[in-house]
Amino acid sequence: MATSSIDLTPLQRADRWRPAELAFWLLPVAAYFVFPDNLVLLTQMAITALFCLSLDLILGYAGIVSLGHAAFFGVGAYTAGLLASHGWGEPISGLGVSAAVCAVLGFATSLLVLRGADLTRLMVTLGVAMMLFELANKLTFITGGVDGLQGIEMKPLFGSFGFDMYGKTAYWYAMGVLFLMFWAARKLVHSPFGLSIKGIRLNAARMPALGAPINARLAAIYTIGAAYAGVAGALMAQTTQFVALDVLAFNRSAELLLILVLGGSGSLYGAILGTIVFMSAHHVLSDLNPEYWQFWLGALMLVIVLFARDGVMGGVRAAARRLGLEGGAR
Amino acid sequence: MTVLFDGIASGMLLFLISVGLSVTLGLMNFVNLAHGAFAMVGGYVCVTLLNKAGVPFLLSLPLAALATALVGVVLERTLYRRLYTANHLDQVLFSLSLVFMSMSAMQYFFGAQQQPLNLPDFLKGQINLPGLDMGIYRLFLIAVSLVLAYGLQRMVSGTRFGAQLRASVDNPRAARGVGINVERVFTLTFALGSALAGLGGALGVEMLGLDPGFPVKYIVYFLIVVAVGGSGSIAGSLVASLILGVVDVAGKYYVPQVGSFVIYAVMVVMLVFRPQGLFGRMTTR
Repeated sequence: MATSSIDLTPLQRADRWRPAELAFWLLPVAAYFVFPDNLVLLTQMAITALFCLSLDLILGYAGIVSLGHAAFFGVGAYTAGLLASHGWGEPISGLGVSAAVCAVLGFATSLLVLRGADLTRLMVTLGVAMMLFELANKLTFITGGVDGLQGIEMKPLFGSFGFDMYGKTAYWYAMGVLFLMFWAARKLVHSPFGLSIKGIRLNAARMPALGAPINARLAAIYTIGAAYAGVAGALMAQTTQFVALDVLAFNRSAELLLILVLGGSGSLYGAILGTIVFMSAHHVLSDLNPEYWQFWLGALMLVIVLFARDGVMGGVRAAARRLGLEGGAR
Repeated sequence: MTVLFDGIASGMLLFLISVGLSVTLGLMNFVNLAHGAFAMVGGYVCVTLLNKAGVPFLLSLPLAALATALVGVVLERTLYRRLYTANHLDQVLFSLSLVFMSMSAMQYFFGAQQQPLNLPDFLKGQINLPGLDMGIYRLFLIAVSLVLAYGLQRMVSGTRFGAQLRASVDNPRAARGVGINVERVFTLTFALGSALAGLGGALGVEMLGLDPGFPVKYIVYFLIVVAVGGSGSIAGSLVASLILGVVDVAGKYYVPQVGSFVIYAVMVVMLVFRPQGLFGRMTTR
């Protein structure tokens, strides 16, 4: 409206890509040449980062707490795995189907999740994840149960790049999907829809007055988050060509929360940085001290929750401010 | 009949451990996922006293509860109290980090294997009635739980401390205003919750086993009890534990292929229709 006197330029500017971000996305290319022996680990990082991104959308932006986000990761993994082991080994369409299945599941469960307050949400998400875990555990003839789902055979990517032993194709595939999905998420959170989601988190009582239907918006973002997690799970199944039962386990959901808060929730780069820091620390610590690395992980979390609530991303922002860059990365 | 009896016994055990969580989560409104870790501490204290120091079983139980209460007080004084006013997510993360640390610590001190527990002779064996085999240890569990349930219910609803506690939870400012030392009440309550967890953990070694994975393995069950029973309601916890115990044992006995699925399904349906639990009051927060 012409009478509106609010200056929208900061919001519009936030959507623009900054040089620091472009530099950040060159890191995967650099990593390919610097750590050619660790491509499998780096692929895992990309997948976990995508998974974390999906939790960030529903928790960091929409404020929906979840203790069972692995449900969608697991369902996505099993969907892609089952498709591939029954002869449909084309990777991209596998991702699409997984995303669709998880979106449907996410929409269905959002009806349950959105009814309660925080505590009920924690319990309902947890309950849904545990139900799926039990299902996968018991339906041995479909999922392989505790032995995991085997016999996944992938067709070459785009019909020409086969999944090789060294994980080169898998690496570029995972990174490519991560980047595209990140780009879409970035568009989403800067869109009016994304801003209304943030508004709901910050002041749920006020948003209806501005014309935002709270439950519909939350259900939408929950569905999107579920689809993202499904894609992450599908990537996992396709690149490792195996689905273990623990894709649905409680530990995975709990660990993901830790990763997100470590990085800083409510910021897309926080999700990715958290994953990088966490998985690197995991890699190094479990080499040094295979049995007790969880102790140091717990200690780190404790410090973050008590003293540095913004996580790594908060540190990055503070550093950027000190260096005199306006705003810092988002 | 035997299935029903075993179900009741395992329900009682669940009650013993979860009632502590019902106290901290329900009355103090703190999402303490580390509750299983407190139970684990109780279990390890009991096993160590029993096996290494030769303390009699019946004496090692209260000692386990006491030791866990001490751990609880120290943690409450140093860490937990900073998070009373934090949101639920922070509390979840905080207690999860405690869980991770406690699991590694126990693995460091005791190793990853299951801990054996030698029951004294008078708690071993069975009483055989026609159509009903009752393990004596299970009878013992049921008796202890009933006594505790009655005592707790009396304490919360009938004593001066119980009244102070309810006042401190419902309205800390007003409670302070009438001269209640809210901090002390919370510390004592937290100690009580931890002690109950420790006692339950010690009693549960025989039936649930004890290894460093304990806190994660069973936390879901404890949460279900509190969620279904209604937070802060002792009678509710008791009923929910009994239902859960009987359904779980009967389910595993009659339809093993379904496993724990039913329980989770029941919980989700319950929460959707009665978010405040079976016996819960509407929360003030």
